[in-house]
Amino acid sequence: MPIHDQGYRRYAGTRAPRGRAWTVITRAGMRTFFGRRAFLGLLLLSWSQFFVRTVQIYAAANLPQAAFFAPTPETFRRFFSIQELFVFVMTVYVGAGLIANDRRANALQIYLSKPLTRVEYVFGKLAILMTLLLLITWVPAILLLIVQILFAGSFTFVRSNGYLLPAITLFSFVDVVTVSTTMLALSSLSNSSRYVGMLYAGVIFFSRALFNVLRFVTGASTLSWISFSVNLDQIGDVIFRLPPQYDTPWPVSLLTIVGLIVASAIVLERRVRGVEIVA
Amino acid sequence: MTETVPVVTLDHVTVAYGRNQALRDVTTAFVPGAVGLLGPNGAGKSTMIKALLGFLAPDQGRMRILGLDVAASPLEIRARVGYMPESDAHIPGMNAVSFVAYCGELAGLPRADAMQRAHEVLFYVGLGEARYRNVETYSTGMKQRIKLAQALVHDPDLLFLDEPTNGMDPKGRDEMLALVSDLAHNKGVNLILSSHLLPDVESTCDHVVVMDKGSIVAAGPIAALKQPRGRLYELRVKTATGDVESFFERLRAAGVDCHATDEDVVRVFVPGDGGARDLFALAAAADVQVRHLRPSVPTLEDVFAHAVGEE
Repeated sequence: MPIHDQGYRRYAGTRAPRGRAWTVITRAGMRTFFGRRAFLGLLLLSWSQFFVRTVQIYAAANLPQAAFFAPTPETFRRFFSIQELFVFVMTVYVGAGLIANDRRANALQIYLSKPLTRVEYVFGKLAILMTLLLLITWVPAILLLIVQILFAGSFTFVRSNGYLLPAITLFSFVDVVTVSTTMLALSSLSNSSRYVGMLYAGVIFFSRALFNVLRFVTGASTLSWISFSVNLDQIGDVIFRLPPQYDTPWPVSLLTIVGLIVASAIVLERRVRGVEIVA
Repeated sequence: MTETVPVVTLDHVTVAYGRNQALRDVTTAFVPGAVGLLGPNGAGKSTMIKALLGFLAPDQGRMRILGLDVAASPLEIRARVGYMPESDAHIPGMNAVSFVAYCGELAGLPRADAMQRAHEVLFYVGLGEARYRNVETYSTGMKQRIKLAQALVHDPDLLFLDEPTNGMDPKGRDEMLALVSDLAHNKGVNLILSSHLLPDVESTCDHVVVMDKGSIVAAGPIAALKQPRGRLYELRVKTATGDVESFFERLRAAGVDCHATDEDVVRVFVPGDGGARDLFALAAAADVQVRHLRPSVPTLEDVFAHAVGEE
C-alpha cells in the first residue's frame, strides 16, 4: 500500500465567520517579523530618539540648567521629521516583500482560493506594515506626551496645546497610510522584493532630487508637490500649526497625497488577482 | 432510482482572454465522486477551474458549485472547496506545518484546530517526517503533496486538482494517485481531477469530461464511454499478392474503422451487431485469409482520441 497513512478525517469543528481572514494574514505577518532579530534591532534603533527625548524631558523637568530641553509643540513635529528615516528603512524592510514574495511563490492563487476577498488580502498585508510603522511613529509620540505629563507632574503643557494629541494621531495616520499604500502598490508590481526596495528608494530620492534641482533653477519651492516626502512635510507642518516650509499651497500637497493613494489602490486592484492574464 | 445532483454545473459558459476564447459556450455537469477533466494542453481545463473558483469572470453563462451560484456566493463556495494549483505555490518563509495550518486558518478554522488538522493531513499525504522543513527546500514531488495538504486542511466537500502528478517520479505519481483515489472512494470527498494524462484519470476517476479547444467533446461514466457502439478487434490478414492495404480500403468503404498499431495487427472497429461475422464475410469476398482475430477492449485513450478527432 503506497499510502503512508490513511488517517484522513472529516472536520466537524467550528469555522470563523467571513470577513476575519485579513486578521489571520496580519497576525502571521507580525509573528514572522517579530521572530527576526534584524527586525527587532531595527525596532530598537527606531525607538532611540524616544529614549533620548525622554531623558531630555526628565532633565528639563528636574534640572533648572536643562530647562532649554523643555518640550514645545515643535519638538513633536521634529520628532516625526527625524523618525522619517526609520519609517523609510522600516517600510523597505517590511513592505518590499509583502506582495512581491507572494507573487514569486505563486501564493496569490493559494490565498484567493480560500474564503477571503482581494480587499481582505490587501487589507491584511497593509495592516502589517501600518501596525509596524505606527509602532515607531504614533506609539512613541503618544508615549512622549505621557512622559511629559508624568515628569512635569501636571497637565499644563497638554492643556495649553490641546491640538497636539489629535495632531500626532492625524499626522501619524496620514504618513503611515500614504507610505504603506505606496509601498504595497510597488510590491505588487514585481516578484523581487529587492527590486521593489530599490524602486521605492528611487521614488523617494529621485522625486526629492528633482524638486531640489527645480528649486535651484526656478529659485522658488512652488514645485515641492513633485516630491513624495516634501508633500508629507508640508502636510505635517499644517497639522502641527507651524508655518509651511515650502511655497506650494498645502491643499495641493494634500491632493497629491490623495492622488498617490488612489493610484496605489488602482495598481493593487489590477495586480492582486488569482490569475495573471498576459494579453 | 434517484437522480444524482451534480456538484458542479456550467450553463453556456464562455471565457475569453482578449479575442481568444478559452471556453466556448460550455454546458456540462460534474457528478459527485471522482470526475476526470481530460484534454490536451490548451483545451481549457485550467481556465474552467479558475472560472469556477472565481479567478476569472465568464463573459457569459452561469456556474454553480454545490448548489451555490459562483457569481453570487464566491466566499461560501471557497469555504467548501479545496484547490491544488498546477504550478508550484506556497506561502514563502514558512515550514510545512505552519503553511498548512495558516491555510486552515485562512479557511476559517480556529488556530488550534488548524494546527491539529495540519499535522493530520501532512501525515496523510506522506510528509509527516518533513513537516518542520521549510517548504522552499522541498523536492518537486513533496511540493505536489504539500499543495494537496493545503487544499485538504479545511476538509472541503469538493477538491479541484489541477495536474496533480506534474513533475513527479513514477513512484511518487502512483502514491499521489492512490491518495486521490482514496479521498474519492473511501473518504467521501468529491473531486475534479484535471489532467492531460489518460492513465491518471482512468486509474482514479469514475466519470470523465473530455475537453478540446475550449469545448466539451465527450462526458459520462468512463465504463459507459468505453462501451463501443459496435465491436473492436485486433486483426491480422494475409493476401495472395501481399497487398493488405487494398483490403483495408474495402473495409473502410464498408464502414469499418481501421487503425494500424505498433505491432503487426490492425485495430478494427466494426459498427452494428454483426461483429466478426461481418469481418469474415468481407474477407471471404476479397479472398483474404484471416490469420488472427481477437476481440479488443477499448481504452479511455480510444475514447479520448475519438472525442478529439485523433487517430
